[in-house]
Amino acid sequence: MSVHITSPAFKENAKKALADAPLQSALSKVGPGFIGRRTAAAGLLPEFDALRDSARDIKNHTLAHLDLYLERYETKVRAAGGHVHFAVDAAEARDIVTDICRRLGAKTVTKGKSMVSEEIGLNDHLAACGIEPVETDLGEYLIQIRGEAPSHIIAPAIHLNKDQVEADFRRVHAHLPPERNLSEPTALLAEARGELRQRFLQADVGITGANFLVAETGTSIIVTNEGNGDLTQTLPKAHIVLASLEKLVPTLEDVSQLLRVLARSATGQEMSVYTTFSTGPRRPEDVDGPGEYHVVILDNGRSGMLAGQLREMLRCIRCGACMNHCPVYHAVGGHAYGWVYPGPMGAVLTPSIIGIEKGANLPNASTFCGRCEEVCPVRIPLPKLMRHWREKEFERHLTPAPQRFGLGVWSFFARRGWLYRPATRLAMWGLSRLGWRAGRFSTLPLAGGWTRHRDFPAPEGDTFQAQWHARKAKRGQE
Amino acid sequence: MSSPSEKRPPSVGLFVTCLVDTIRPGIGFAAAQLLAQAGCEVDVPRQTCCGQPAFNSGDRITTRALAEQTIAAFETFDYVVVPSGSCAGMIKTHYPELFVGEPDWMPRVARFCAKVHELMAFLVDVRGLRAVAARYDGTVTYHDSCSGLRELGVHDQPRLLLQSVEGLELREMADADVCCGFGGTFCVKYPDISGAIVEKKAANVIASGADTLLAGDLGCLMNMAGKLQRMGREVAVRHVAEVLAGTGTAPAIGMARREGGT
Ligand code: SF4
Repeated sequence: MSVHITSPAFKENAKKALADAPLQSALSKVGPGFIGRRTAAAGLLPEFDALRDSARDIKNHTLAHLDLYLERYETKVRAAGGHVHFAVDAAEARDIVTDICRRLGAKTVTKGKSMVSEEIGLNDHLAACGIEPVETDLGEYLIQIRGEAPSHIIAPAIHLNKDQVEADFRRVHAHLPPERNLSEPTALLAEARGELRQRFLQADVGITGANFLVAETGTSIIVTNEGNGDLTQTLPKAHIVLASLEKLVPTLEDVSQLLRVLARSATGQEMSVYTTFSTGPRRPEDVDGPGEYHVVILDNGRSGMLAGQLREMLRCIRCGACMNHCPVYHAVGGHAYGWVYPGPMGAVLTPSIIGIEKGANLPNASTFCGRCEEVCPVRIPLPKLMRHWREKEFERHLTPAPQRFGLGVWSFFARRGWLYRPATRLAMWGLSRLGWRAGRFSTLPLAGGWTRHRDFPAPEGDTFQAQWHARKAKRGQE
Repeated sequence: MSSPSEKRPPSVGLFVTCLVDTIRPGIGFAAAQLLAQAGCEVDVPRQTCCGQPAFNSGDRITTRALAEQTIAAFETFDYVVVPSGSCAGMIKTHYPELFVGEPDWMPRVARFCAKVHELMAFLVDVRGLRAVAARYDGTVTYHDSCSGLRELGVHDQPRLLLQSVEGLELREMADADVCCGFGGTFCVKYPDISGAIVEKKAANVIASGADTLLAGDLGCLMNMAGKLQRMGREVAVRHVAEVLAGTGTAPAIGMARREGGT
């Protein structure tokens, strides 16, 4: 069992998204909000670009010595009384988590925001095992009660508007007085808080993600704006950290550098509101904390990326800036991508996890405008990595047949200039004769994709090369 | 505009791009004229395409063949100038990737790529052009095409030259640096998404109140012109070189040939 994949139906998903008025109104706020705040925050820090270089270098260094740092990290976690579990794939990770829950007789688990949990389809699995998962991040809570997946890696419910949330709260919190006023966002927040408070106290196990795992100290770190992560991990009997293996960082000093670019890139904050460091279970002298501390480190295809051309993707610190700046994401939102990770980072990461056969649309659905790479805090060359997937797709003959055929015909001519020039002259002559009166075409055979949404200009007439050489000959230079 | 110390004018091979060659040769002539004004000796060797459509479709073999073809045709010139940020970016920043690990090719490709420039960047940064002798009566807004902007840093150069055009008022639109949704083959592979992106661009163009939209890439221009015309908007869409060369009176992109420009 794993999260339902609709990436092969990306085009249909996109079409639906484009026709979804509430979604479009929610998406129209993504760009202006995030982009303006990031630009302002970056502008206030003169060394921001230098910090990005250093963030890139820290991650590159870690990836180059990942085995070493994993080992050191594990030793440190053990020394602090915690446990480290390595999971090769999603199924293994789910089993590790449910085993711990069962051993502790857990009925409910509270969860902080974790994309790895989404990646391994943990909630459905826990529910199937009779354990109730309760999302405690407000955005995650919203999509959980709606039965949806996140549409953004840091703002999971960004596709929703306030009216939808109000309707869901009235539906799900049926025990509360129906006449209550929920017109203000603060009222919604207060209601969610009230509901979640009891759940925190009931929970047997708390599961969080991790933004960083620190090899030097065996610490896991999460950054949040709601503080829900703290209650999730300190109140229950056990705290389970879910993290993919690229979350590893050598030292606390490195973390402090990465934190400086993370929040600025993500939300334009200098720092997230809460940055929580967890090292091992509760010690005798601690006033609170979990009795057990487990870290599940997920591979799920990543060690393969480490050895191949997609290694740079493992620098990702999940800030979301690439999707916040992506014109395609702005147009269709996160759900259209059809799996856990949307936007440019998803277009690179998703095919390595679900396979290029299912994920091929994602790296193709990019204009290569380059804005994602321009803002990525760890300077991942996202367009280049998407192109890598297109190459793999082409090499393996997975490119859709009409596209491959079109490319084949074009390349046949383009590689033979002596054929290309007369052929284009003839074609342009024909088109310009047909279109000279209107100056453009509103429909053209074989160009339906173009003319569905815009006109196509009629060519001026003869090709530039033919005209140039005719003029040159006239001047007697040839 | 050639510097006095030069003995002979530099030779420039004009790589017009396949779109300009076939759809709007006037841009090629405008570019040649501007290059001549900047003191260059211009010629147009036989050419087809830089290979970008193949490169972005994952077809490395065709890309490589077209790269070799282009290099062979242009490497004898002092400079290679391209009236498109996207094709210039393809050659200048991506050709080297195609020859990695081939010591026979790498120095030759590096020498070649160092000579390749986008037209606006070449005129201003290499030739030191600061003004042109042209007139254009209109309010124009300028769209920054993605590759030119992000791969080659083309942003200030066209604006600087436009400011010297008599009668022209430059009015910036919102999000001038956001993609227009063309994306080469993207616009036909994902027509609905491309259509939605260009719709936002067209709205920004219209909101600027400009009567003319300029950019440095014919692909983007065709996309934006086609959308504006489908929406029934009377915005004249032209390549920036046409206005700078003083040929901005020819019918705008997608406009009828006989009746003249809007
Ligand atoms: S790819 Fe870069 S910009 Fe995108 S989420 Fe990862 S770190 Fe952030």
